[in-house]
Amino acid sequence: MATETTTAHGGDQAAEGSSLVFHPMDQFIVKPLFGDGAVGMFTVTNVTLWLFLAIIAVVLLLVLPTSKRAIVPTRMQSIAELTYGFVYKMLEDICGKEGVKFFPYVMTLFMFIVCANFLGLIPTSFTTTSHFAVTIPLALAVFLTVTILGFVKNGAAFLGLFWVSSAPLALRPILAIIELISYFVRPVSHSIRLAGNVMAGHAVIKVFAGFAAVAVISPVSVLAITAMYGLEVLVAFIQAYVFTILTCVYLKDALHPSH
Amino acid sequence: MATEPIAEEIAGTCVDSYGSAIGMPQLCFDWFPNQIFWLVITLVVIFLVLSRVALPRIAAILAERQGTITNDLAAAEDLKAKAVEAEEAYNKALADARSEAQRIAAEARAEIQSGLDDAIAKADAEIAAKAAESEKAIADIRASALESIQVVAKDTAAELVTTLGGEADAKAINSAVDAQTKG
Repeated sequence: MATETTTAHGGDQAAEGSSLVFHPMDQFIVKPLFGDGAVGMFTVTNVTLWLFLAIIAVVLLLVLPTSKRAIVPTRMQSIAELTYGFVYKMLEDICGKEGVKFFPYVMTLFMFIVCANFLGLIPTSFTTTSHFAVTIPLALAVFLTVTILGFVKNGAAFLGLFWVSSAPLALRPILAIIELISYFVRPVSHSIRLAGNVMAGHAVIKVFAGFAAVAVISPVSVLAITAMYGLEVLVAFIQAYVFTILTCVYLKDALHPSH
Repeated sequence: MATEPIAEEIAGTCVDSYGSAIGMPQLCFDWFPNQIFWLVITLVVIFLVLSRVALPRIAAILAERQGTITNDLAAAEDLKAKAVEAEEAYNKALADARSEAQRIAAEARAEIQSGLDDAIAKADAEIAAKAAESEKAIADIRASALESIQVVAKDTAAELVTTLGGEADAKAINSAVDAQTKG
């Protein structure tokens, strides 16, 4: 999905300024994998392809290397075990022993986001986690899980989350309103943080790639792309980590609503 | 990317007639059902793969490794205790052997001493007997020698007297010789 840097539909203008045509957002277009039809709910699209590749990546990372169940692990089995330990420890540290039963759920989120982010770094790939349509359901699922779990587990006591008992009595109603707003903003920030970071990085790389069409500045452009790519590798992991750790923090609120 | 204009109805509201995005494709709500549908399928599949296969398996591997390490540590502890025990037994055996050796040496020394004492006493007795015997023999020899000297002296005296022209008076010679030899 190379950025259009030619004057594909810009007429035959010869001026250099107009030869630079950026389409940094074209990489995010959803289109059918087969044929040219419209995108319906069940159409097999590039989204389908890259989501399924994420499933394959998870299987390649966690299922295949552990099939031998070696006591002395191979490198890939070590990676699988380290990933397991990383998420497990994160969940246990934040939520305590009670949180451990949500481990498959949290691990699913982490593995999906980290695999999708890194698959998105493959040139010409489609980055599923750059779409709000993907991150909003993820964040909403966390939000609904936490809210329902909080009320089922604690009953009305879950509302104590908004009633800051350590603050002076006069301040508590005001704080309750702030807490309530912040609670409902959570899924928004949770989803936009992930999609926004990933989308911004990819779009910036495309913009730099557009400049590569001009011979004079193309070395600078290639250097900039390389630097951005390195940054994006970090972002790909860190955003998956942030999403997961926030999920753990929100789960903790449901399990232990007292401040 | 299409270089030819495409039909408006296929392009929809999110893509222009040249296949480029209009605004942010992330905000194209036409595509949301498709993305959400496939996302849910993906998440369910990953969840099933993880909760049914991957996570129990990794947990089992980690538990097994922990068990192996614990067992090995216990075995090492056991072996260490055994080694200490063996060293103690060795030291005890060494001390026993040393005292036994000392006992045997003392016994042998005592035995040899007593044998030696016996032999010395016997030898002393023998030596005393031999000495008494020799003394007697010497006394005998001395007595017989004295007698012989008297006989020789008397004979010599008689001969001397005769040679000097005298008359050998046996009685006088005998008494003279006796008197001389007595001292």
